[in-house]
Parts: sequence; structure tokens; C-alpha cells
Amino acid sequence: MSGGHVHDHHHDHHHDHDHHHDGSTLSEMDLRVRALETVLVDKGYVDPEALDLIIETYETRIGPRNGARVVAKAWLEPDYLAFLRRNAGDAVASLGYTGRQGESMVALENTPEVHNIVVCTLCSCYPWPVLGLPPVWYKSPAYRSRVVIDPRGVLADFGVTLPAEKKIKVWDSTAEVRYLVIPERPAGTEGWDLEALAAIVTRDSMIGTGLVTVPGGGAS
Amino acid sequence: MNGPHDMGGMQSFGPVTPEPEHERFHAAWEKRVLATTLACGAMGVWNIDAMRSSRESLPPADYLASSYYEIWFKALVSRLVAEGLVTPEEVETGIAQGPGQPVPNVMTADRVGPTLAAGSVYTRAPDVPPSFAEGQAVRTRLMNPTHHTRLPRYARGKPGVIEAVRGFFVFADTHAQNLGDQPQWLYTVRFEGRDLWGPEADPSLSVSIEAWESYLEPAT
Repeated sequence: MSGGHVHDHHHDHHHDHDHHHDGSTLSEMDLRVRALETVLVDKGYVDPEALDLIIETYETRIGPRNGARVVAKAWLEPDYLAFLRRNAGDAVASLGYTGRQGESMVALENTPEVHNIVVCTLCSCYPWPVLGLPPVWYKSPAYRSRVVIDPRGVLADFGVTLPAEKKIKVWDSTAEVRYLVIPERPAGTEGWDLEALAAIVTRDSMIGTGLVTVPGGGAS
Repeated sequence: MNGPHDMGGMQSFGPVTPEPEHERFHAAWEKRVLATTLACGAMGVWNIDAMRSSRESLPPADYLASSYYEIWFKALVSRLVAEGLVTPEEVETGIAQGPGQPVPNVMTADRVGPTLAAGSVYTRAPDVPPSFAEGQAVRTRLMNPTHHTRLPRYARGKPGVIEAVRGFFVFADTHAQNLGDQPQWLYTVRFEGRDLWGPEADPSLSVSIEAWESYLEPAT
């Protein structure tokens, strides 16, 4: 079934190859993944159109701009912030963000006294409906090993320095609870609307490895 | 299992390398691994905890030398072979030697959206009250099970405090071994940095995990 689709993928992979200079590891993985996919399609276990749609979903529809809108709305609307505190899952779902790896959401508010950072030391648990797929560094041994013992060192890798007296709460996602950090709203954004605020909320600030700043560093 | 995935507190992996938000994949084959893994998961032959167990059961040197999507690929192949759905020869050659086995579900393109948006529910109706309450002092059990577990090594045998009672959740340890949901109360337990890492630890640091009730005992 759908042999044409498989052929299309092969073409894409070849095209991709021509522009990579990373050597044999990528080439070998490319071939091995293609072989597995072909077998799975031929045996009827997976639908190649479904595979394309999964990729399209996480490339274009589910990503950190979702979470940025949650944060901006929480900054603007006290009622929505209260909803997030009471039931983050329902509050996030009310904006249309639901699904896989976001089944039990909790919002963590950064304050002048407390900075929250999220990790999964055992694998790569991450709140997909609001942040999309985790970045490579979130899944890396460097991050998973170090952020629970030396969070300030990790923050320094991101160019972030916090006052020594600020409490750092690291949240290791060892079960199906998924955390979204609500970063502190920066000064100089008074009067901004939801779209303008969402635009400055970075993915890293919603994991806890970044702070939200006003571009250019000045007041609006 | 005391595997290579349990990285919290290791110190030799070097700095974390931040990445821009738009970098979701580093090679085309990574997209296919993501999609294939999700589509195969949707077959309903194994659950998410069993797949985590497959990943952390890779030989330690292989796990540590592999990128995250390589780990996903190797574990997927291992699981598919173990379940009798493909043979190693088929994976090697990319040529199906026969029709597929019957599986509970095949995720067709029309079901991608609803499936990803629905996620999976890991909470269950409680049939017992929680044994611990918010604010209560507890200690994690000192244990070294040879099966999948979600109690990281750095947090075993440590004093902590119940930060939140999260609900009644499917127990990952049994779920991963196909021994059933066996749901338990799940808690967020917070540890002072110094109780995990000793007197030299950053005094501003605390770390939490999610712990099922059987990971915990009352503080003495």
C-alpha cells in the first residue's frame, strides 16, 4: 500500500544527505530508519500518511508559542492566573492545548524570591501540548545530570545569573505530571497586549533556563 | 534498574549547549523516528512505561554513545523484535518476509489529530485514601530494584517533605513490566539540596521528584 509515499520519503532523505557533512553516522541512521519504516509499512503496522501528519503536527502546530500565550494570558488576566493555579490542565485546555504528554499539567510561578527549573533526569518528560518537542539540550546527559546538583552552573551556560539568595526549585519530572514555568513579567511591558507579551516569552523561560526580557533592554 | 539513564548528579558531561527554538530536528531521519515511535506506540501492543524500560535497557555504553533519537530508534527495534512483530533480518534488509501480525490498532491518518489531542489518561479512581499529607516529613525508601523504576538513585533513602498530593496514578514500575496499572497515590516530594548532595551544596537549592506511595515511608 501507498508505495508512492515511501518513494517520496526516500527522495527526501537522499536530498537531505547531499547537504550533510557529518559523515557516516547520519548516513547509516538514515538507511536503518528507512529500512525499518519500509518494513513497518509493508507489514501494515503504520500508515505512511499518518507518519507525515505526526511530523507536520509537531513542526507546525504544537510548539512553544502555545505556552507563550498561556504565560501572556496569565500575566494579563488575574482570573486566568487563578484558573492556572487551581487546575492548570483545564486552564491550558481552555486555549485549545491538550493531548499527549500534557495529561496532568501544573504551572510553576517564578517570583522575586523563587526561580523554578524543570528537568527529567531519567528520560525526556516534557509538556508537549504547550512547549512542543523538547530541545536536544533538554534530553542531553549534560542537562539531565547537572541541573539537579548545580543549577546555577547550568543557568550560566544559558547566560543567566540569579541573585545568590534567590531560592532555586528544581522539579524532576519522574511521573506523568508535566510542569510549565510561568516566568516573571519584565518591567517595561505595562500596557502591552497578549500578542506583544507572548512574542517575548521564550521557550527556555518556560523551562526555567531563561528569563523574559524586553528586546533591546529598554522600556517600551 | 540502576541503568545509564539515571543521570541525576553525574558531573562529567560538560556544558549544556543552548539551541534556538526553531531547531526541532538535526536530521531528516530523526523526524521519521519520532513519527514511527508514536505510530507504533498507538498500535497498543506496549505502554509508555514499557517503552521507557526498553530505552534504559540498552547496553550502558551504547546508551551513552547514542543521540536521543538513536536511543528511541534502537529501543523501538528492540521492542518490535521482542514482541515478535518484526525479525532482525527484516529490520536489517528493509524487506518484509511476510504479512504483519494482528495488532490492536493501526493509527491511520484520520486518527492522528484525535489521538495526539486526546493523550492517555494515567489517573485512576482512588480506592484508598492517601497515606501522606501536604507538609508531612517522609523518607524515600532505599531500594535497588532490577526492573524499571522512577525513583532516581540520587533521591533514594533521603528525607523530604510532601509538597503536593498529585492524585491516584498508574504505577510505572508494574505498568512497565505488564503487571497491570496497580495505581497508587502520587506525591511531589521536595528535598533540600544539602540532604541530597551534602553540606557543600548550594543552600538556595531544593529538588523535587514525583514519588508513588510505595517509594515512601514516614520520617522517623
